Amino acid sequence: MSPLSRREFVAAAVAGGAGLVLGFYLPHSDKKRKEAFSPNAYLRITPDNKVTIVVARSEMGQGVRTALPMILAEELEADWKQIEIEQAGASTLYGDQGTGGSASVKTTWDPMRKAGAAAREMLISAAALTWGVARSTCAAEKGSVVHAASNRRLSYGELAAKAATLPVPTDVTLKQPKDYKIVGQRLPRVDTPSKVKGEAVFGIDFRMPGMKYAVLSRCPTIGGKVTNFDDKESKKISGVTFAGKIGDAAVAVVADSVWGAMEGRRVLNVNWDDGPNKDLNTAAVVESLKQSAAKKGASLYSVGDVAKAKGRRISAEYQLPFMAHAPMEPGNCTASYSANGCELWAPTQVPQDCRDSVAQAVGLDPDRVKVNVTLMGGGFGRRLEHDYAVEAALVSKAANSPVKVIWTREDDMRFSTYRPASLHQLSAVLDGAGWPVAFTHRMIAPSISGQKGQPVPGGVDPDLPDEAAFVYGVDNVSVESVIAETPVPLGWMRSVYALQAGFASESFIDELAVAVGKDPLEYRLHMLAKDQDIQFFTNTWHTARMRGVLQLAAEKAGWKNPLPAGRFRGIACFGCFSSYMAEVVEISMENETPRVHRVVAAVDCGQVVNPGILEQQIPGGIVYALSNALRAKITIDKGRVVQGNFDDYSPLRMNEAPVVEVYMVPSTESPTGIGEPSVPPLAPALCSAIYAATKKRIRSLPILNS
Amino acid sequence: MADFTLRVNGSEKKVSVSPETPLLWVLRDTLELTGTKFGCGAGFCGACTVHVEGAPIRSCSTPVSQVAGKTVTTIEGLGANGLHVLQQAWIAEEVPQCGYCQTGQIMTAAALLAKTPNPSDEQITQAMNGNLCRCGTYERIRKAIHRASAEGAQ
Repeated sequence: MSPLSRREFVAAAVAGGAGLVLGFYLPHSDKKRKEAFSPNAYLRITPDNKVTIVVARSEMGQGVRTALPMILAEELEADWKQIEIEQAGASTLYGDQGTGGSASVKTTWDPMRKAGAAAREMLISAAALTWGVARSTCAAEKGSVVHAASNRRLSYGELAAKAATLPVPTDVTLKQPKDYKIVGQRLPRVDTPSKVKGEAVFGIDFRMPGMKYAVLSRCPTIGGKVTNFDDKESKKISGVTFAGKIGDAAVAVVADSVWGAMEGRRVLNVNWDDGPNKDLNTAAVVESLKQSAAKKGASLYSVGDVAKAKGRRISAEYQLPFMAHAPMEPGNCTASYSANGCELWAPTQVPQDCRDSVAQAVGLDPDRVKVNVTLMGGGFGRRLEHDYAVEAALVSKAANSPVKVIWTREDDMRFSTYRPASLHQLSAVLDGAGWPVAFTHRMIAPSISGQKGQPVPGGVDPDLPDEAAFVYGVDNVSVESVIAETPVPLGWMRSVYALQAGFASESFIDELAVAVGKDPLEYRLHMLAKDQDIQFFTNTWHTARMRGVLQLAAEKAGWKNPLPAGRFRGIACFGCFSSYMAEVVEISMENETPRVHRVVAAVDCGQVVNPGILEQQIPGGIVYALSNALRAKITIDKGRVVQGNFDDYSPLRMNEAPVVEVYMVPSTESPTGIGEPSVPPLAPALCSAIYAATKKRIRSLPILNS
Repeated sequence: MADFTLRVNGSEKKVSVSPETPLLWVLRDTLELTGTKFGCGAGFCGACTVHVEGAPIRSCSTPVSQVAGKTVTTIEGLGANGLHVLQQAWIAEEVPQCGYCQTGQIMTAAALLAKTPNPSDEQITQAMNGNLCRCGTYERIRKAIHRASAEGAQ
């Protein structure tokens, strides 16, 4: 058993008693911890020479349990083999622990580096004091401090007690990238062995003594409620111990096995009040988007004056559907409620939000709610919600027992939060040579944050600044957002609005190039020819970096070389989450269906912490994006989500998976996002390839529905 | 409720559950073997794949009554003496991202290699196509199977 899985196992085993809360310090609970050197919340070195690094983001497959400790270990001059990883639960020590927006490396880069550097300096001081030598004659290397002149060496463990007595420096010198030994290395992920052995403990695998299982019957109509229910048949099912209303719109069935709870729910009789959306269908949603298009939007970006530009005008409309995240691990959460407090074991991207939402739901102070973060079987944004945690706490309270709530696949598909459907109006004015002198993109979509009652300053959804940039040098540009309303629950799904913005904007640029008979790569390079900074909200984009990824992808794909007969290709690029991405997609058409053979991806995301993880994330994002592009579509009929399982919402399988090649622009700029940026360019590059093959322009996703 | 005896990972297990209970939940809840995963409950995703008498089956859709007295192998019992060659290959190729589907992938691949020690790309696709992965690890799965096949042959 790896150290990580062992700790998870211990956490599972002791739960229900005092409860080991991972990531919280229990300074009086054991002697070793008392003697530990822990200059900050991220690091603990004990005299037995254990170096423990705390990860305050959630692991959902993106490698944070490996990448984030690497950042700290680099500055610490640690021996990577010596490092143990600890997962933080919801805490007040780490700032915002939300794991999303491709931001984990970006936002912990400075705090983790400073935490490691401060500890390193203190350990060097401790050694110098111990030996009575000048500090400047000592150096940290691979988990020890060495004094070369006298050939003496003390391990960090040996220095821990002394270092713990020293003041924590506030100003530390960080290492130069040329001196990196850990950052930039393809280190194996720490979580791989436990995952292939079946020992990794995901949320759904967590167990505690006395725990029962619950499934919920939720109102199938969006916005509907429970009128009443009859649990007579449910109670006849062996092992069913409880049935009760949870909130306004659900009834929980609790049993001593998952199967008992599922069977109990199957025979539960609930009468529903369908509420205001019982006639809602997909056509009505599309119609409401079209009506909203007439509204004045909020400007996201404006240069020059698009209205005054003169030349040939080209316009097009694009449309995208609702989509579901569908992570492999269905929703679940374990809660143990008592009047004194509530402890949760949650596969969550937002432990602090779970803590606060649960506190409110069950009527406890937030500091009485402990949230332990488990491994997640995929997140993709679905676990940025807290519904599963609130349900678990409420059911535990109502049933007076520790409870694990499990969602079935149908629950996950039908009671999710969905990528917003959207409509895009694009127009451009071309000069005599065919180059764009004006470019307009109006994006009509509901606001995810707005629907959740969160601030939408200036009528701009707070996600858009990271996801809707137009990184081209055109003289007159207007990017505008119009917020539409919908009762369909909305959520942040991998790359969020960047998928919609990128599909519409990049597809349209391909249309322009085709309209004037120019190569789509050359067309984009012309729009990026001048080195220019583009300020989009607080992000500064550089045309040179976008040009760099386009050229790299094109070169590696052999863009200038002819393709074999029957093969076609398309190209697109997009910038989001502060990273630059370009993709070349190579296809053939088989029975009027595109078959993607090869995707060449180039990225510039600044300093790469672990290229091995990046080489997982980019193909992963591309396969996810290809699923979205080909088939992902959630439809609504009579106020209900139609799709239920992987038969009618079918992600990509091995037979459709392309070969993906990944290339990185070498960089020592501060790291930026990598989990999501590979998603947006895929669909427009694919549709560009389909146009090359068929002369048919796809302006509505999914492709196989168009 | 009824009593059933299964031979799971080499040892005899007696369970007392209702006969229609899917094998998946007997493994996960009753026997606490949580390496086998719940993904769809309908046989579409393959996350729950285990071997019954050596053949890969969807434990989410197999009532325990159908496997009474039979030999069941789960991921926990695959590498009875250390890691199975496929698990080693999975580590070498760094296949897992979230990792949730991977135990089912490995069980399906193990059944493939047992029958077809040197599978072609087409044979791999055919065998593995019922196993979904939302992290998109398919190409690495293919590579890991080829690697295990090459190493298993030595």
